[in-house]
Amino acid sequence: MNKTFLLAGLCAAALATGGTAASARDQIRIVGSSTVYPFTTAVAEQFGKAGNKAPVVESTGTGGGMKLFCAGVGAQHPDASNASRRITKREFEDCKTNGVTDVIETKIGFDGLTVANSKSGPDLKLTKEQIFLALAKNVPNAEGKLVPNPYKNWSDINAALPNIKIEVLGPPPSSGTRDSFHELVMEPGAEAIPALKALKAADRKAFDTAWKQLREDGGYVEAGENDNLIVQKLVANPASVGVFGFSFLEENTAKIKGATINGISPTFENIASGTYTVARPLFIYFKKQHVGVIPGLDKFMVEFVSDRAIGEDGYLSRKGLVALPKADVAKVRADIQAQRILTSEAGL
Amino acid sequence: MTDATLQTADAGRVDFRSPAAQAHLRKRYAVESRFKFYGVAAIAFAAFFIVFLVSDIVTKAIPAFTEHRLSITLTPTAERVAEGGRTDRQTLMAGDWNAVVRDGVGKYFPDVTNRAQRSKLYNELISIGGGDDIRNRVIADPSLLGKPVQAQVLLSDDSDLYFKGMMTERTEREGRGSIGVSGTSGDVSIATNVNDFAQDVARVRSDLQAAARRAQLEINRLKAALETVAPDRRAALQDQINRQIAVATDMDRRAKSVGGTELIGDSTSSVLVKMNGGVIKLTEIGNEKASGTVLIPLKDASEAKPGSWKIINLTTPEGSRKLSDQQIAWLDRMKEEGLVTQAFASRLFFSGDSREPELAGIIGGLTGTALTMLVTLVLCLPIGVLAAIYLEEFAPKNRLTDFIEININNLAAVPSIVFGLLGLAIFLNTFDMPRSSPLVGGLVLALLVLPTIIISSRAALKAVPPSIREAALGLGASKQQAVFQHVLPVAMPGVLTGTIIGMAHALGETAPLLMIGMVAFIIDVPRSVTESATVLPVQIFLWSDLPEPAFQAKTAAAIVILLLFLFVMNGAAIWLRRRFERRW
Repeated sequence: MNKTFLLAGLCAAALATGGTAASARDQIRIVGSSTVYPFTTAVAEQFGKAGNKAPVVESTGTGGGMKLFCAGVGAQHPDASNASRRITKREFEDCKTNGVTDVIETKIGFDGLTVANSKSGPDLKLTKEQIFLALAKNVPNAEGKLVPNPYKNWSDINAALPNIKIEVLGPPPSSGTRDSFHELVMEPGAEAIPALKALKAADRKAFDTAWKQLREDGGYVEAGENDNLIVQKLVANPASVGVFGFSFLEENTAKIKGATINGISPTFENIASGTYTVARPLFIYFKKQHVGVIPGLDKFMVEFVSDRAIGEDGYLSRKGLVALPKADVAKVRADIQAQRILTSEAGL
Repeated sequence: MTDATLQTADAGRVDFRSPAAQAHLRKRYAVESRFKFYGVAAIAFAAFFIVFLVSDIVTKAIPAFTEHRLSITLTPTAERVAEGGRTDRQTLMAGDWNAVVRDGVGKYFPDVTNRAQRSKLYNELISIGGGDDIRNRVIADPSLLGKPVQAQVLLSDDSDLYFKGMMTERTEREGRGSIGVSGTSGDVSIATNVNDFAQDVARVRSDLQAAARRAQLEINRLKAALETVAPDRRAALQDQINRQIAVATDMDRRAKSVGGTELIGDSTSSVLVKMNGGVIKLTEIGNEKASGTVLIPLKDASEAKPGSWKIINLTTPEGSRKLSDQQIAWLDRMKEEGLVTQAFASRLFFSGDSREPELAGIIGGLTGTALTMLVTLVLCLPIGVLAAIYLEEFAPKNRLTDFIEININNLAAVPSIVFGLLGLAIFLNTFDMPRSSPLVGGLVLALLVLPTIIISSRAALKAVPPSIREAALGLGASKQQAVFQHVLPVAMPGVLTGTIIGMAHALGETAPLLMIGMVAFIIDVPRSVTESATVLPVQIFLWSDLPEPAFQAKTAAAIVILLLFLFVMNGAAIWLRRRFERRW
């Protein structure tokens, strides 16, 4: 039995050393969006290769990341947060209350949201209005009254669409991609319908509920956060349609094809030029108060906005990030050089 | 079943040979054999799924265990890698080793000079870690600087997929006629004296035919829909139908044409011609003539004899794959030069995580798992066993101990994410322990498996025959002596089995680790329990979510390794039980 007590002693010793080693940190810590994760990790790796200590990048989701980021200043709090949307006013205020007053906002590029199906399926040419009609829980009928979604097949919405069952695989509500899908497709899609436009003017709340609710009768299937899984399911079932990020379409061009939305196909060029409107900007937020405290943070910021990273031919564009226009890159870089902080006038 | 149904010869005596008794017996046997059949069917069903699952994972994992490299002579020059002529480790680490690789590979492709092409060749075909091998060699022996060195250059994930045949199907056939070409570079036209390209033309046309047929079906459907659609939309739909008809008629006309030439776009499978030491990509083909673009310059424009030139088909169209025809021509050239070798990917086991699939390895996750499990074991075994002994042997039976027992049983069924939240609140926020560290991970997992260990240890203690305890007490041993010297050693196999099963459970957990920051991208391999680390299941989870196809194979390979780890642990449980088991 002596051995058992020896083990217990060892564990006590381990606990004791663990308790004291928490304060100092020589490694950058980044949290946040799983959409930005593949890009930030690539920068972290390059940064590590250049002889620095490689940062630790956690994939917590945008909301969870912001919560950690805004929790305070000091080595136990992260230095940067990835976000697949802009920081909200509430999060910004939360930051300020906790003493995180100097936040540097950096837009790193765009991510296109694509609606895609199997190569062996029909070519899809959709409009946002049609996607809304296919996926909303309640849609306006001929008299403009909201009724439970009656559409079974795509061709019920518009005869020009293929005569296949509406079955769309997409992200669950916990995902940032889902939020963007609502904002970029469902809301403008609803606005394109005259009856709902009138509703927006009359009753804003009812209008918001209309585009925020997806049907639950099997037309929209929550396929989990893993986009690779959606791609596999699309290949297995050519009649189904998936919603996911552009980089997954780009990596799987042999198996799936993107639908045109409002006549524009999801290509690198169309997203970068802004003609493909189902695209969202991606951000990373840095804590200026940690610059000079956490070694290498300033160098990491510069690496992130360097030409070899976010430039047009940078390594991030090879990972599927749609690069910012040249003028924006220059502005982002200037902001980082000057370490310009986000103020309440930023229009949050 | 009652005896009342049986025919009895005498009162109280059953005639087992009577037909009724025989029938009853047959029925009972039938019930038994049916039950056996259900059992076998259930096991076969489960076994089928296990075999299916394991074989699926293993077949997916196989490509991850090999990698393609260039074995090539490189000359590391001082101006590339030794800034200021210094050859210390620091300077050499920071050298531009990829430039050394570019110089070496560039010798085989002297014609690739413009920037876009160079990027396609060097950045997309060769791994970003391609210079690692030569760098390590020179750092180990700086005297190699300036001399030609035979080194291994890792190819990128896409090149690797191409050589593994996962990018496109590739067929090669010899040309039957002699072929003439109009030039050695740029756009050229070629002509043979027999119909060498007939089968390619036929394939393009049959593809067109199929596409035209599909378009026709669509047109028919739209025409039918025209009747039902609202009047204001009719014009737009009619317009769409007219456009479709134009496309379909054009495709049909091209498909039916005889002789002439056909265009090859990026949605048709590619045809390459290899002749006179160069490669031509065909853009327009007829039965015996074609025109195209030179991908790799020809040595001369002389006529090539039958059998000395080749036609290469790449089934997947250029628009549907990551590598262009040009890049595939370059890779084929490297292979012809004898540079490409396939080797065991030891990197998978000995390097940390990376965003490049070809560089990523599991050692970080594996070390993290080992450290985390160590912390868990060191905590769980003594605490769990001592708690079980106290509750089973010493504690008075009252309401308080009943309450504790119920709570332990409940804790065993609490979702694991709850323990993660607990860890976040207590270990990280209150005690300020380092985030993402195996120490905190081990603590959280220890909380998770403690109930399992306590319950199974109590069961093992309870199973020890009372005679052993009573004999010890009868010989004058104290209660503590009886428990620690007689009961516990006998119960040990059961305790260890419970512990190992609990640990195996902890080994596969990811949910509680999300909360304490272990779901993270960490390149450096942890060296202590307080450094940032991740664990194997988390590594699998993170890889499975990345877009590059090569990560799918890596994911499967990591799963195979995790399964092996579990086999070893469960094997150890069985071995320990056999080793220490006592029978009476």
